[in-house]
Amino acid sequence: MVEHADIRVVHRGGSKINFRAPVISDDSRLLLCASGECVKVYSTSTEECVHHLRAHTDVVTGVVLRPSNHLQVYSCSMDGTIRLWDFTDAILIKTYVIGQPIYSIYASAQHNGVLFITIPMLNDKTSEMFHLVAVHLQQSTEQLVEARELSVVISHVSSNPAAIAFGRAGEYLASTKGLQLEVFFLKKQKSNRFSLKEENKKGRKNTFSCVTCHPTDDCIATGHEDGQIRLWRNFSHKKEYTYSTLHWHHTTVGSLCFTPEGTNLLSGGVESVLVQWRYNQDTQRDFLPRLGAAITHVTVSPDGTLFTTTHSDNKITIIRSGAKVSAVIQGLVKGESIETDLLIDPRSKALVMNGKPGHLQFYSLQRDKLMYNLDIVQQEYIYQSDLQQFEVVKAAFNSSGNWLATVEREQKDAELELNLKLWAFDDQTQSFVLNTTISAPHENRITALCFSPATDSQTTTVLVSSSKDGHFKAWQLAAHTEDEGPCWSCDFVGAYHGLVPSCCCFSADGSLLAVSFQEVVTVWSSASWELLTTLSQPPGDIRDLCFGQLSCSKYLLGTSTSNLLLCWNLLTCSLEWSTSMDISLLLADPLSENMAAFCSQSGYTHLFVFKPSEPRPIFSQKAVCSGKVMRAVFAPREEMLESCEESSQWLNRCQLYFLSQHMDLMTFTTKAEEDKLMDSSKQLVIDDTVAMTPFHLLLGKRRKEREEPQPAVSSPSAQRSSSSIRELLQTPAHVLPSTSYLCSMFVRSLLISVTDNREENNEAEGEMDSEKEEEDSEEEMDTRDTRPEQVSAESVSPALTKAQLRELRRLKKQDHSWLQGLLDP
Amino acid sequence: MASFKPTKIHVYPKLGEKVTQDTLYWKNYKAPIQIKQFGAVSNVAFSPVAPYNFAVTAFTRIHIYGPFSQEPIKSFTRFKDTAYSGRFRSDGQLLVAGCEDSVVRLFDVGGKTALRMFKGHTKAVHLTDFTSDRYQIVTGSDDYSCRLWDIPNATELNTYREHTDYIRCGVTSKLNRDLFITGSYDHTVKLFDVRTDKSVMTMDHEQPVESLLLYPSEGLLVSAGGRFVKVWDLLKQGQPLVSLRNHHKTVTCLCLSKNGERLLSASLDRHVKVYNTTNYKVVHNFDYPASILSLALAPYDESIVVGMTNSVLSIKHKKSPSESKDSTSQQRRRPSYRMFVKGKNYIPKQDDFLVGKQVKEHLAKHDKQLKKFNVSKALDTALESWTRRRKPEVTVAVIKELNRRGTLKNALAGRDEQELSRILNFLIGNLVDARFTLVLVTPAEMILDIYRSIIGQSPVIDRQLLRLHELLERELDYQRELLEVLGMLDTLFASSLPRNAVECSGISGLVLRFVEREQCSETEIYQ
Repeated sequence: MVEHADIRVVHRGGSKINFRAPVISDDSRLLLCASGECVKVYSTSTEECVHHLRAHTDVVTGVVLRPSNHLQVYSCSMDGTIRLWDFTDAILIKTYVIGQPIYSIYASAQHNGVLFITIPMLNDKTSEMFHLVAVHLQQSTEQLVEARELSVVISHVSSNPAAIAFGRAGEYLASTKGLQLEVFFLKKQKSNRFSLKEENKKGRKNTFSCVTCHPTDDCIATGHEDGQIRLWRNFSHKKEYTYSTLHWHHTTVGSLCFTPEGTNLLSGGVESVLVQWRYNQDTQRDFLPRLGAAITHVTVSPDGTLFTTTHSDNKITIIRSGAKVSAVIQGLVKGESIETDLLIDPRSKALVMNGKPGHLQFYSLQRDKLMYNLDIVQQEYIYQSDLQQFEVVKAAFNSSGNWLATVEREQKDAELELNLKLWAFDDQTQSFVLNTTISAPHENRITALCFSPATDSQTTTVLVSSSKDGHFKAWQLAAHTEDEGPCWSCDFVGAYHGLVPSCCCFSADGSLLAVSFQEVVTVWSSASWELLTTLSQPPGDIRDLCFGQLSCSKYLLGTSTSNLLLCWNLLTCSLEWSTSMDISLLLADPLSENMAAFCSQSGYTHLFVFKPSEPRPIFSQKAVCSGKVMRAVFAPREEMLESCEESSQWLNRCQLYFLSQHMDLMTFTTKAEEDKLMDSSKQLVIDDTVAMTPFHLLLGKRRKEREEPQPAVSSPSAQRSSSSIRELLQTPAHVLPSTSYLCSMFVRSLLISVTDNREENNEAEGEMDSEKEEEDSEEEMDTRDTRPEQVSAESVSPALTKAQLRELRRLKKQDHSWLQGLLDP
Repeated sequence: MASFKPTKIHVYPKLGEKVTQDTLYWKNYKAPIQIKQFGAVSNVAFSPVAPYNFAVTAFTRIHIYGPFSQEPIKSFTRFKDTAYSGRFRSDGQLLVAGCEDSVVRLFDVGGKTALRMFKGHTKAVHLTDFTSDRYQIVTGSDDYSCRLWDIPNATELNTYREHTDYIRCGVTSKLNRDLFITGSYDHTVKLFDVRTDKSVMTMDHEQPVESLLLYPSEGLLVSAGGRFVKVWDLLKQGQPLVSLRNHHKTVTCLCLSKNGERLLSASLDRHVKVYNTTNYKVVHNFDYPASILSLALAPYDESIVVGMTNSVLSIKHKKSPSESKDSTSQQRRRPSYRMFVKGKNYIPKQDDFLVGKQVKEHLAKHDKQLKKFNVSKALDTALESWTRRRKPEVTVAVIKELNRRGTLKNALAGRDEQELSRILNFLIGNLVDARFTLVLVTPAEMILDIYRSIIGQSPVIDRQLLRLHELLERELDYQRELLEVLGMLDTLFASSLPRNAVECSGISGLVLRFVEREQCSETEIYQ
């Protein structure tokens, strides 16, 4: 077993974007947020990710705009560095090494050259004590700067970045921890502490959850775990402080934020309602309800035109003032558990798993973007912490992607409510439409769900569900009824000696169904639903079942709780081979004979890729990640990889994605692939005046090419005709011949200029260049006029042929020169 | 910001019959007119000529009714004993009837006394009919013989003594003057040809034959006897085509609808079944209050006349097209077309700045309350009498939604006598409905929990609780019986099916759980 150096495990996509509050650039065009080990720059209008700021080697814990330069940003990370970036071009400017993990970062406009960060009091990662320190950044030309000038400002602070806020004009700092609010006056170097009682009479918790300061007034707003917001005033005196209370939230206030003018206070919490309080008018408030999930951060852009709310479901909502949601940046939602397996939608090749409660998410792996959420439960989501919600627990696609089956479950005390839903793909709306709902398909939890592979389009697909109630059921698309379309109904109920079925699997041609009943594997004919045979094995319940694909379709593989990997030959109905391995997950590559087995051993997971027909594994990697791997999927590649190395050939058609125990989506890449990726990223040159959109990527290049030759081309004709027209127009009307006479001449002159324009241009170009300098001022006006029209023409019909484009360009030239003459005589 | 998702109303499978073209056709009749007769109505026959009067044979009389009159136009009362089988000749001028006293009488429809009396039978004559040449009469009697009579001479032409039991029914061919068919209690149906002295075809019905019917083409014969209706192909030497067993008592009468597309059969089990004559499936079913002896359809299905053993004649007339349209047009009244296109057909000009109008979302009343988290009010709106009666699934859906939100208890609590009785009424009405039981058991238990302390304070509530209790007890009895039946069935299946069959214990499990739960709530009532 050799370690293959050219295959690497990498994080790919699906990173968190809701870890820290995002930052909006001064012009409100870009939004920066910490996402794993990098900072992502999004466009606020197009939701597209413009840049990745990559350099940190650990989780990025904070992003803050540089007060003195609005095009630069500081980011801090657990790796103990602060980095300064030019975020419009994604250039790393400077790195300040602190040497201790940094938990949050603050900057204030009044403190030039000073940053405030929270670091552990003891130089130890496990320490629970933090203090806020000021870092004085030296001016130096070097890239890497060792920042050693640290001075402690407040000790014993919370590591939560929402627990510290700068007050009006940076004069004081408000820090909360537990039941205590500490206000530190930076000039006087003195702090006032205010404590709240642990519990007041109604037994509510007074613990602080967040703090923010009014930008122009001496006022501190704090949020509490009981849903109250307190506005503290007069806190410069230790005894005579006052506070007023605002109460709307019913549970913890998640985030608080003042608008830049200080007229409004925004708050959000678990209710997923953004509440806008009028400052000094406590009774007035506006709501923006049903934002989708619990609000964790609220931020306002520096000019106050944009609000953003970050949600617990890995989502950033951008709200224009006027309470209208203008954009949603959605990341991959990873709930508490991935109940549905990782699936691949055969149509869009998107990764499908359960996301928001009651939804199924479609995530494009190639573009690292959430495509859409399919609402499975279709019920109003109630934001209440202890409420049992419907969850999507199982899902399955048929091989063509026309049908999607989902199972949703609600467990309430002892009652179990199950719904099996079947969704048909609608070509017109390009999404799934509910076809059949089967309530209570089984009496107990459904353990497995699978579609039979369609061998040709004519045969109807069969859905098999197995349940803990001891039955497995086959569902079939019933014939058309009179007024409704086809719908699904139960075709067969199977059981085997009252044992509980655990998994089911169809053979590659769909003729056999294997269902495991605890220790016994039963093989059924899918055409007649007859029990064909039972396969025996050493004792131990079956955990996973998998048929071989393509040339290995005569093999049935299974894993059992007695740590065995078993392979039966279905032609002889006997055990072909077995090995002793603790396999947590076994899955088959749909496009090749390969099988992947994740095997857990002493806290680590190893991967083996093998063919059922060959005893030796094709590929093995030890310690892929720590913990058990429970979910994995083979995602087919868009284009096949040309790899000649034997060890990485199994990755040619498919990519293997898996979820580690910590819910990180990871995959395997080969060296060749990485090189290719690097090349493509270098090619991507971005025009920084325009936000990056796919549309722009398509057209941007072509437009640039056009813009350059434009001035040279347009100049000669413009010059010539404008002079003649000017002459024509300046002559008094009464001395001119009749218009009918002039008109034909005028039109003819235009025609001539068109026909020989191109040849002339090419010849003239060389000499014109030199002459051009003096006319530049005039030309500039010309080109400025033409440009918008040109852009609009392109955007309307980007697919013009070359000849048409040439024609269009010619027409434009004379048109404008003529108009120019008319406009400024 | 996502919009509020309205409460999902579960679509339950429709109970009762499906609405088909046939249902619409056969439902399109007015309420029946019932006329009391002197005895059981043994025969109804329509005159083949306009205005399609019909002769009703009951006890010792034959009444002739017009198409719309409720009083008889004419009565023939000169029978010594019970009359049978009053039938019209094909020109509607003459009427023949048998009698218990074995005499066959021929009447002129305009006159009163019998024109001819045919004497020769020795026992009651149950079958009389004209042949298609209009000059002869076929009769069948309880003396096992059937005879052919000449009308002008009143003489007997021939006697056939092939049957070995009572002859109770028969038909004559409308196309061939020489053919007639008789059905007898000896289980046979015989086809006679006048030109020969013997029957030419015999079919074994295997039950005493009560009624016979020929298709207009006369290629197919339908016979009814016992619980069976059988169709025979006469062109294939009387080969049986289909045997229908849709009644659970003796079928007494058969009849065809206007164009031979539907076959109707009436039975002592009080039902009239309508069959499709292409696939012989039952497409519709009528219920009557008593056992049916006779049935006739007016030409063009204008009316259905049914005579019953309780001596009631029931006449159902078809609704006139204007009537049937009226009822539907009232519902269809909707805003005019102009209303919908108002402002929509305006084509914006190039420089116009379009201001989009937000589409207002329409929510049901209960959803509006749910959106505002007014749980009690949501339940109130869902319990409004119209919703409660007409759409109980809406009420159930709201209760389910409240339960999901964990606020059902709050919604049920704090109600006064009137409101509580309304909820209890709904529960009593729907608790045992299998579709709603699973949802409604929870609020029932909650109500008992919440209002346990006030039991005995209000007589209204107490009465309702007692009713609920009785209801549950009755339901428990039903379930117990069902379980017994299920147990019997299980043993039957287990013994009859081969080894690898799958036993279906699913249903019994469900019932058991139901019983357990009911018992729980029952004990609470006792407390």
